[in-house]
Amino acid sequence: MPPQLKRLIPLFAIFIFLFLAARSFLVPKSFGEQGHYRFNSIAENKEKAMIYAGKEACDDCHSDRIQEMETDLHKGISCETCHGPGSAHIANPDSIKPMIPKGRDFCGMCHSLNPSRSKLVHQVDLKEHNVTENCIECHNPHLPCQMKK
Amino acid sequence: MSNEEIGKSRRKFIKKAATVGSLLVTTSLFTPFNAVVYAVERPKDPSKTWWGYGIDIEKCIGCGRCANACKTENNIPKQPFYFRTWVEQYTIKNDGTVKVESPNGGIDGFVQSVPPEDIFKAFFVPKLCNHCYKSPCVQACPVGATYETPDGVVMVDETYCIGCRYCVQACPYGCRYINPAKNVADKCTLCYHRISKGKTTACVEVCPTHARILGNLNDPKSPLVKFMKEHTCLVLKPHLNTGSKCFYNALSGEVR
Repeated sequence: MPPQLKRLIPLFAIFIFLFLAARSFLVPKSFGEQGHYRFNSIAENKEKAMIYAGKEACDDCHSDRIQEMETDLHKGISCETCHGPGSAHIANPDSIKPMIPKGRDFCGMCHSLNPSRSKLVHQVDLKEHNVTENCIECHNPHLPCQMKK
Repeated sequence: MSNEEIGKSRRKFIKKAATVGSLLVTTSLFTPFNAVVYAVERPKDPSKTWWGYGIDIEKCIGCGRCANACKTENNIPKQPFYFRTWVEQYTIKNDGTVKVESPNGGIDGFVQSVPPEDIFKAFFVPKLCNHCYKSPCVQACPVGATYETPDGVVMVDETYCIGCRYCVQACPYGCRYINPAKNVADKCTLCYHRISKGKTTACVEVCPTHARILGNLNDPKSPLVKFMKEHTCLVLKPHLNTGSKCFYNALSGEVR
């Protein structure tokens, strides 16, 4: 064996060993199980808590309200669309109450007059229609076809 | 060198070259060249899930509840410019010019700034990560911190991301941003924590007109497959061959 190889082979062996040792420390667990990523990350992403509970969860206690809504134009709209996230309320039903939006601006997000909006949605000009009053003083948001006064 | 010897060595050379060449051709048949490295294939097994998303532009009324719900569900900073999903208002004027607006992603609602007599056509376009199965962002990540799950959702491993911003530049749909609190890339996860528990995404949950549809493309009975059958659906920027799985009904050519 030539003397060059005698010196280089052990040197390379040391390099390769050091590389493999460093690699085993640096590459995280489960990396490469399914592809070029850390497979455990999928499970970690699954673990996050839900803030919005979903309409089925509201249905457990408030099915009467949901059935009532099914009879009018706002049918199919999730409770949390207007009332905001409900998981906290489900965990503490007495102390945490969902939001009840009251302002004109909130209803206006869907119903203010805008040529971009689909004609299927009833639209009003908020600058002209009963400017001083909030929508829910006359309109029932759960049964929009029924007027309160 | 005599003529005979030259002839022999030439023959030898041609033989060697032919062997090497044919070897190259045969090996390339076994592993064909593919520029897309980290793509996940759609599962052939019909019982496995392959997530896709549908958006009906005709139904979107621009209330922005989706963008609001997304920020709440996923704890995204409230200041503007960080959105996993947002809504754009497209106004095509009579003179042919296009105006695109998205004030605060649509969370506070929209106002039409163009006078009605100048408008030829106006509509809302909700946007979110297209969950491409040949994602440019996944290709660009230098450390493997972003990936496609076996069920077709593009996600970020926030403990592994180095915040280099390559993926933010690589996404042709502008669907990624750097989370200012964590300083890592962030994007729509298709509410993976919800859909893996059988719930729908936060944006689909709150959409009052059902303009957003989440579904399993592998299930012929899923609402998304039904939606795609009933409408003429297109994806954004099809010429980029990203394998987008976000299908739009009534998508105008003006939408970018």
